[in-house]
Amino acid sequence: MILTILCAAALAGAAAEDRQQIAVMQETPAIEGDAGRGEALYQRRCGACHSIDQNRVGPMHRNTYGSKAGSVENFAYSKALDELDVVWNEASLDAWLQNPSAMAPGTRMGFRLTDEQERADIIAYLRTVSEQGEAETN
Amino acid sequence: MHSQQILSKEKVSRRGFMGRGTTATLSVAGLSVLSGGAFSMASRKGAKEDPAADAGLINTALSLEHEGIAAYQIAAESGFLDDAVLQVGILFQSHHKGHRDELIKSVRELGGIPVEAKSIGEYATALGADQLKSQADILQLAIGLELGAANAYLGVIPSLNDQEYGHLFARLAADEAMHWTALKGAVGEALPQNALYFG
Ligand code: HEC
Repeated sequence: MILTILCAAALAGAAAEDRQQIAVMQETPAIEGDAGRGEALYQRRCGACHSIDQNRVGPMHRNTYGSKAGSVENFAYSKALDELDVVWNEASLDAWLQNPSAMAPGTRMGFRLTDEQERADIIAYLRTVSEQGEAETN
Repeated sequence: MHSQQILSKEKVSRRGFMGRGTTATLSVAGLSVLSGGAFSMASRKGAKEDPAADAGLINTALSLEHEGIAAYQIAAESGFLDDAVLQVGILFQSHHKGHRDELIKSVRELGGIPVEAKSIGEYATALGADQLKSQADILQLAIGLELGAANAYLGVIPSLNDQEYGHLFARLAADEAMHWTALKGAVGEALPQNALYFG
């Protein structure tokens, strides 16, 4: 019982820290992405697990940019991603791709993309396959 | 531009992703205690840091292997493959089955429950199998999946807590790179000019 309370307290603490985390994640990376390069890179780096229009090992990526984490219907997310209170934009995607487990401990995506330019290119591509991303551009 | 990039790196480290490690581990450990101990924490020595997280990442790799096995099955049953290509496909599928079995063992070692394969029909839809009209189409799909799988394994290694599983993932990536290289040869495509192509 005491253990349960302790754990609940630890969880509440982690949640508070998450909110703080999200607040500082609003900064957009300084580097420019190229959506054309991003499309080819997406196939090579993400294509084992993701497609734009199909749920596979990971959720589909149509409209991911601009939507809340964990919101694709019919995809069985981990608890970690279900509860992640983040909207996907340049800054949050950049942080996610650097280290998903740091952002959502317990997530089932462990893939890290270390190259800053590749991250920017892929994020630029994800923007083009999202209604919100397109609307922002036009 | 250059100084801006350096600046942004500093910002990233100030955000303190590394520093969150302890809280992160605690909350996951807390979760599994709260959920009635879905993962037995003491079941494996090396992964004592966070066995549930490793089990989740290994399960994701297992989903990938299930899909790979299904992709070769769909290819073998398509009727488009020459006998020689079919034989290679069957060999590669048997490698993927070996990967699957090793990953199932690892998830169990960590006290997790291995994910099950979906139906062949679901994989066929997810992979766009209705678009495959020839042996060449099938080979291109296989090349893409094998390259993606090699890169996926390599990119997940830094997220694993137990380096023994990191070693396993490196060996799996090497098998996928072997398949990719053989398939590139089969379609007569050149190998990359640059070093460090994978990862
Ligand atoms: C090894 C497989 C794998 C690879 C490779 C991979 N992902 Fe994922 N991804 C997943 C899984 C599984 C999830 C769901 C995670 C969960 O539920 O915890 C996910 C979730 C995501 C999410 C959150 C989506 C949502 O609906 O909230 C984004 C964004 C994402 N991935 C982007 C990428 C990008 C971009 C790449 C390539 C640079 C990539 N992923 C590579 C498996 C992978």
